[in-house]
Amino acid sequence: MVRDITLGQYYPGKSFLHRLDPRSKIILLIAYLVIIFCTFNYLSLLLVTIFTALVIAISGVPFKTYLKSLKIVITIVIITSILNLFYGTGEPIWQWWIISVTANGINRAIFVTIRIICLILASSCLTFTTSPTDLTDALERLLKPLNKIHFPVHEVSMMMTLALRFVPTLLEETDKIMQAQKARGADMEAGNLFTRIKAMIPILVPLFVSAFRRAYEVATAMECRCYNGGSGRTRMKVIHMTKRDAVGFIGVALIIIGVFICNIMMKKVI
Amino acid sequence: MSILELKNLTYTYGKKTAFEKTAVDNVNLSIEKGEFIGIIGHTGSGKSTLVQMLNGLIKPTSGQVLLDGADIWEKPKEIRKIRFKVGMVFQYPEYQLFDETVYKDISFGPKNKGLTGAELDKAVRDAAKFVGMKDELLNKSPFDLSGGEKRRAAIAGVIAMQPEVLVLDEPTAGLDPMGRELLLSQIAQYHRERKNTVLLVSHSMEDIARVADRIIVMSNSHCVMFDKTKEVFSRGRELEKIGLRVPQITKIMLELREKGIDVDEGILTVDDAVSQITSILKRKGRLW
Repeated sequence: MVRDITLGQYYPGKSFLHRLDPRSKIILLIAYLVIIFCTFNYLSLLLVTIFTALVIAISGVPFKTYLKSLKIVITIVIITSILNLFYGTGEPIWQWWIISVTANGINRAIFVTIRIICLILASSCLTFTTSPTDLTDALERLLKPLNKIHFPVHEVSMMMTLALRFVPTLLEETDKIMQAQKARGADMEAGNLFTRIKAMIPILVPLFVSAFRRAYEVATAMECRCYNGGSGRTRMKVIHMTKRDAVGFIGVALIIIGVFICNIMMKKVI
Repeated sequence: MSILELKNLTYTYGKKTAFEKTAVDNVNLSIEKGEFIGIIGHTGSGKSTLVQMLNGLIKPTSGQVLLDGADIWEKPKEIRKIRFKVGMVFQYPEYQLFDETVYKDISFGPKNKGLTGAELDKAVRDAAKFVGMKDELLNKSPFDLSGGEKRRAAIAGVIAMQPEVLVLDEPTAGLDPMGRELLLSQIAQYHRERKNTVLLVSHSMEDIARVADRIIVMSNSHCVMFDKTKEVFSRGRELEKIGLRVPQITKIMLELREKGIDVDEGILTVDDAVSQITSILKRKGRLW
């Protein structure tokens, strides 16, 4: 069923990560993603991996959920690691025709695999522990300086919030329309690609019509409540930085320092 | 012979998850050919799930739906054929309209069924006539119609498949009183002329009382009553206990009866009530 697609990935909970300020979570994630790609030897890679595992454990989200998000990128991981395997420099260990594998290539493949996995897991940590509204709220506040160059930060984040809010509604609507057309004998499973695309028309047309109708309704409802853009608008829930955020920043700072020490003390592997 | 028979029909949502909920629990009943059945029950009682199983839109967790004596899930690959035999009109069906003209939209179902040429044309025009769509509307875009007309066009789209059983889920919801009245009488007329089986899900007890031969009462996923309309509505107290009510006129008559006035229980229409009361008054000599 359409309803099974998980788009809103938020996993409600009360863990340390859930209660961090969403703004610090975004900043920490960006810093962390950069540091993942600054690991040049196995010790720093191990450090980063352990930290990722620790964060996952703290998040209180079942590991199964993380595996699901990994499943989507597994092909990308495999393809990039295979490509890296053959593009190493140095003495070949194994050779056949124009394909050669070097020690450097093997190292690169391992690094790329672990880096991508850590990247996905860390980003999932953010989306699993932060509700979409908190996320857009935080983005709006972080991007506020862009207002100076006349970038409509508030409007863009309002659009994002509205779009996210309508995802489940439209999924439900799609389901309903599909049922109704199936009841009229629509066949969506049989035929070649072209007939299948044609079979989508009876679903897409009513879906678009209702999406536009809903958009107008929401716009009217917002105007009825005197919404007129971002200027002068205050928030009901103001997000605050707390001691908890300081702990988070210190944790990530320690990892950054650790990785740099490893990089200085040890030889580069890739 | 009964046209539809439900045997131990059960449906559970989200099986083996935290959200497991049995929406229809062990329902057994059989519906005769040509009957007009009303289905009532408060929100979340399992009515919609029940009717969606009748044409195979959802597959029962356990139990069977027998159409003309044969299990509809016997050949899962041919479930589409069942949908032409059991026509289903959803709540707010106007949101399923999609084609360029009303005519083309109504013909979507019968075309899927395999009708062509003159046969198709006749099916479409007959269906349009049943719901009272004027000919000149057929060449309009469905999106230019009024709300009530859209509803009619959508219902015609299902009737045009010439189903043996027609299921309507809240067909009059959101219409104005005149529209409700008209649509309901058109459905009743369709039932009389085609002599087909019709199942009507409704929250309006007045509507159900007017048209249904028998009533299925759903409560908490169970079928708690299945009896003649009169019998069901004469059990007003029980209906109130499960969050339903009887038609206003039936309630008045039931209360008159409790006051010791000798009227029939299970009076369903105002006309019947008037003739009963006048005859009692005449008998008592208070009306000349």
